[in-house]
Amino acid sequence: MDGVALDQAFAAAPESLSTVRRHVAEAARQLGCGGDDAADVVLAVDEALQNIIRHGYQGEPGEVGIRIEADGTRLIVTLTDSAPTVDPERVRPRDLDDLRPGGLGTRFMRDIMDEVAFLPPYSGTGNRLRMTKHIRGRG
Amino acid sequence: MKLDRREQNGAIVVALAGEVDLAHSPALRKVLMDETLSGRTVVVDLSGVEYIDSSGIAALVEGYQMAKQKSGRFALAAVSAPAARVLKLARLDQVFIIGDDIEAAIGGSLV
Repeated sequence: MDGVALDQAFAAAPESLSTVRRHVAEAARQLGCGGDDAADVVLAVDEALQNIIRHGYQGEPGEVGIRIEADGTRLIVTLTDSAPTVDPERVRPRDLDDLRPGGLGTRFMRDIMDEVAFLPPYSGTGNRLRMTKHIRGRG
Repeated sequence: MKLDRREQNGAIVVALAGEVDLAHSPALRKVLMDETLSGRTVVVDLSGVEYIDSSGIAALVEGYQMAKQKSGRFALAAVSAPAARVLKLARLDQVFIIGDDIEAAIGGSLV
């Protein structure tokens, strides 16, 4: 299947994570992701959403839009939010040899996905994160 | 997430099941901080974990660090396949003491 498998807004809250994971897993499978690849995409989106909840909205209520589509052999995940625009330079993965609790999520996103890019928001505020991954089942 | 705490052969066993994510990891962190503070052996049974994200892993790291500070033993036991994948991704499979089962994690033979 080509095209968009998920395009939906969710509350940016820890309680949404479980529901989001179900939707993302289903969308990834629809677009041809196998078991491990689908699980990886689910983890990457979970980590991205966690960052938006914790560092974007900082616990304040907000929404995140999640769009998952295929373009040829690539799976493209786009997360958009209305939180204050973050400086991508400040979102850095931590060194895995540095044993401390924080910063792991960004590391996971970068290790799992082929590309993680902070794009300019559609309107003047907010954030747009695009993550892409080659789908083995699509060639 | 389901969390069950019990004592076994002098150790505190914290058994986790289900999904360990940001909705539940603060509760896990609190339990692990409280239990490791005493310096007793703490074993986290991960056999029932179907999903764990970086926030759950961070809670385990904090437990490990507190245990180390208090000269206590902190080990993981019976790590499920989904949890093992994420621990490996974080390269923590080489850092934590991991036992095949709870007894091994408490102090017997280790993998």
